[in-house]
Amino acid sequence: MIDLLRWLWLAFLLSVPIWLGDQYYLHILITTGIFTIAAMSLNLLLGFTGQLSLGHVAFFGIGAYTSALLSLGFDLELAEGYTFVLAPKPVWFAFLCGVLVAGFFGWVIGKISFKVRGAYFVIVTISFAEVVRLVALNWVDLTEGPMALSNIPPFTLAVPGLWEQTLYRKAPNYYLMLAIAILSYLIVRRLVLSRTGRAMIALRENEPLATSVGIDVTRYLVLAAVVSAAMAGAAGGLYAHYVRIVDPDVFLFIYTVTMVIMVITGGKGTLAGPVVGGLFFGILPVLLRTIAEPEAQWIIYGVFMIVIVYFLPDGIVPAVRGWVESLQSGRPTPEPAALTGTAAAERKAD
Amino acid sequence: MDQLLQHLLNALILGGTYALLGIGLTLIFGIMRVVNFTHGELYALGAYMVYFFAMVLGVNFFLALVVAVLIGIAVGGLIELVLLRGLRDASIDTTMLVMIGAWIIMQNSEQLAWSGVAKSIVPPFPQEPLVLGPVSVSWTRVFVFVVAALLIVGTHLLIQRTRLGKAMRATFQDRDTAALMGVNINAVYTATFALGSGLAAAAGALLGPVFVVTPTMGNLAALKAFAIVILGGLGNIKGATAGGFILAFAEEIGAGYVSSGYRDAMGFLLIIIVLLFRPTGLFARAERVG
Amino acid sequence: MSGAGATSETALSIEDITVHFGGLVAVSDMTFTVNEGEVVGLIGPNGAGKTTAFNVITGFLRPTRGEIRYRGRSLNGLRPHEVAEAGLVRTFQKTSVFATNTVFENILIGLHRRGRATAWQTLLGLPGVRAEEQRLRDEARALLDFVGIAQRAGELGGALPYGEQRLLEVAIALAARPSMLLLDEPVSGMNPSETSSFMRLLERIRARDVTVLLVEHDMRMVMGVSDRVVVLNQGKIIAEGPPADIQGNPEVIRAYLGAGVRDA
Repeated sequence: MIDLLRWLWLAFLLSVPIWLGDQYYLHILITTGIFTIAAMSLNLLLGFTGQLSLGHVAFFGIGAYTSALLSLGFDLELAEGYTFVLAPKPVWFAFLCGVLVAGFFGWVIGKISFKVRGAYFVIVTISFAEVVRLVALNWVDLTEGPMALSNIPPFTLAVPGLWEQTLYRKAPNYYLMLAIAILSYLIVRRLVLSRTGRAMIALRENEPLATSVGIDVTRYLVLAAVVSAAMAGAAGGLYAHYVRIVDPDVFLFIYTVTMVIMVITGGKGTLAGPVVGGLFFGILPVLLRTIAEPEAQWIIYGVFMIVIVYFLPDGIVPAVRGWVESLQSGRPTPEPAALTGTAAAERKAD
Repeated sequence: MDQLLQHLLNALILGGTYALLGIGLTLIFGIMRVVNFTHGELYALGAYMVYFFAMVLGVNFFLALVVAVLIGIAVGGLIELVLLRGLRDASIDTTMLVMIGAWIIMQNSEQLAWSGVAKSIVPPFPQEPLVLGPVSVSWTRVFVFVVAALLIVGTHLLIQRTRLGKAMRATFQDRDTAALMGVNINAVYTATFALGSGLAAAAGALLGPVFVVTPTMGNLAALKAFAIVILGGLGNIKGATAGGFILAFAEEIGAGYVSSGYRDAMGFLLIIIVLLFRPTGLFARAERVG
Repeated sequence: MSGAGATSETALSIEDITVHFGGLVAVSDMTFTVNEGEVVGLIGPNGAGKTTAFNVITGFLRPTRGEIRYRGRSLNGLRPHEVAEAGLVRTFQKTSVFATNTVFENILIGLHRRGRATAWQTLLGLPGVRAEEQRLRDEARALLDFVGIAQRAGELGGALPYGEQRLLEVAIALAARPSMLLLDEPVSGMNPSETSSFMRLLERIRARDVTVLLVEHDMRMVMGVSDRVVVLNQGKIIAEGPPADIQGNPEVIRAYLGAGVRDA
């Protein structure tokens, strides 16, 4: 039953550009999808591994800037008379570099998180994102500062020698985003339902117990941070080559907040949560656009978030699941927020 | 040399208000262990209230200051009562998220109410600066420094000499024991949040006339407040005071001799560096209220 | 009950362990050994330093001085997960399970050491990974049977009744395939029938050649399962020997009666 729904959902997603003629709405879906990828990556670190990382937008932005800069090429005057020149690189290469560089910073944050705990870690991650934003804003020689990096080349997909397509139009970009989104989902899913994922969840749930049975907590924390950051960097790279203009505002704290809202209201520590949250908060602004100004919308989101935290603290997905289960079995059953795939597999196996 | 003295003087004055911000947050963060994202918004609220009463309504400037602080106290208490009381034993993630929600609501409300255009507050002091030898300082800034100093001393006295202060210190040390000893924890928490918010509002009210008033002014203020709390140690008022001045000096020297663009980054870099070497803050051993 | 499995080969050796917390001396010059296959009981009034000793042995606490060796290898400075890798697994005084996971998942987590699949291998979907998962699940099922909570497999760890939560704790520890198990007050809070069940479980654990060091207050239980008993008071060892010797020891009685009212 679940599998059938999944295939139907996939078919639906694949079909969208065919029947959705309005380019504006397609654009909304693409940016929503990009943000959902970022939300999924945040969920890995925040939801599954339990790290209060509120600087996530930094990885997104680093991925975007790295990919953009490498694909545009740049020259940088390093010292008197010596200028470092980098020729423009192919987009796919720049994109991969964006992913790697973002992943590297994820490694740094992962290492730091082990030394600096709890609320202090929250502050460090926020500060980190702010520093990166200020660097992007002020290092005008490299990043153009507030003037933004523009004319970023779009993706070019090629089968060497046979076929080449540059993604100018929206529909191909949508499919690229979808491909990466599905890949990200599968990566998170596979990790989380494995021995590796169990270790991450264990360190979130009860760190001393986890370490007492031989789980190297630092290692899994860093691993979660690296994968999470790299994935966010991929989302950033997608963004850079789709929107084709990147400015320091991409590092604003409000975007981290957006991702956090998506994850938390959708259901942290679940696989479907960030997707539900992402779609919800990606599409909601469009629906509200005509009846409320942006500030009013944000107030609504703020209220919404508080309400969810109070009444559905595990998020929408677990609440719906619990409700569906209580309908099926006639009595409410508690559903653990984590390892839901395992639980379902267990029920099938036993 | 003259430049240096000027920078130091500016830092001294800025440090006083930063200290207010920091003390307010260290009380809240230290006693209640809440990552208070609304702290910056109370700072902005303080400034906006002075603007509203003094500039729009034409009320006496000093009266406007007092009203602004009182409103800050009231709003702080309200936030605690409405939002936080129900989350008394919730995890830190949950309270953090609720605070983020409150922050979003407050900042966007301010944006709706006042629009994004910067507002300026004209204080009733003579325009010519006071010249003290090689340095000069505006009367406004002198006033700001004096009031900030008074408030710092006042807060210190409140914590050390009053029953409420004692209750706050006890709650900081051990909430459960304090409750067993008859301390009304709910009242302490509300008072703490109200007091901390009031201090933030005071800082905003004082700095409003010095800089301009914008809806996003609270964001940087909040982050700087966190930097100060970390420098000074959770709940440590003396530490927060010292932290406020240290941050102000770092900013002034950084802006003056390195680059003014990175001025605001000073605070964050300071946080990151301090936490890397001392994961529990600079004065961690001195973690206590008072 | 002297265990048939007890040998005279040294497994764990603790020498001159001293732990200072600021000005407070929690443990002072503690020296004792545990032999392979033995069950050793560590007793003493509250605050005697028993849990501190556990924390030091398993890497949760660094001693101010002293040496810890297990099977000839020094454990000093090892982090808790490395100590587990060496074969020593502990339980905790305060009930410690993964509350929001099912009992089955709890055991799977405990079986972490029994698997080898890395993140890369998992992501690439290599065939060995699936086989390993199946093997781990089979082991988990077997462990649940061994400990006696198989009927609870699908329930949340935090929802179990107290006695069964403590059994779950032991099951998680056993999942890590320890060669030596350190149990911190395993039967505290259990009623007599649960305690007897536990003592039988302990015998089954012994039969699997697991060396056991346990801290307990329940005298009947400790004297009933231990080959040897070590008595701590105020951070120092005041007596050591078979249960029969300890029970009549006047120093031990004085330590308990003297420290009886004080709650450290």
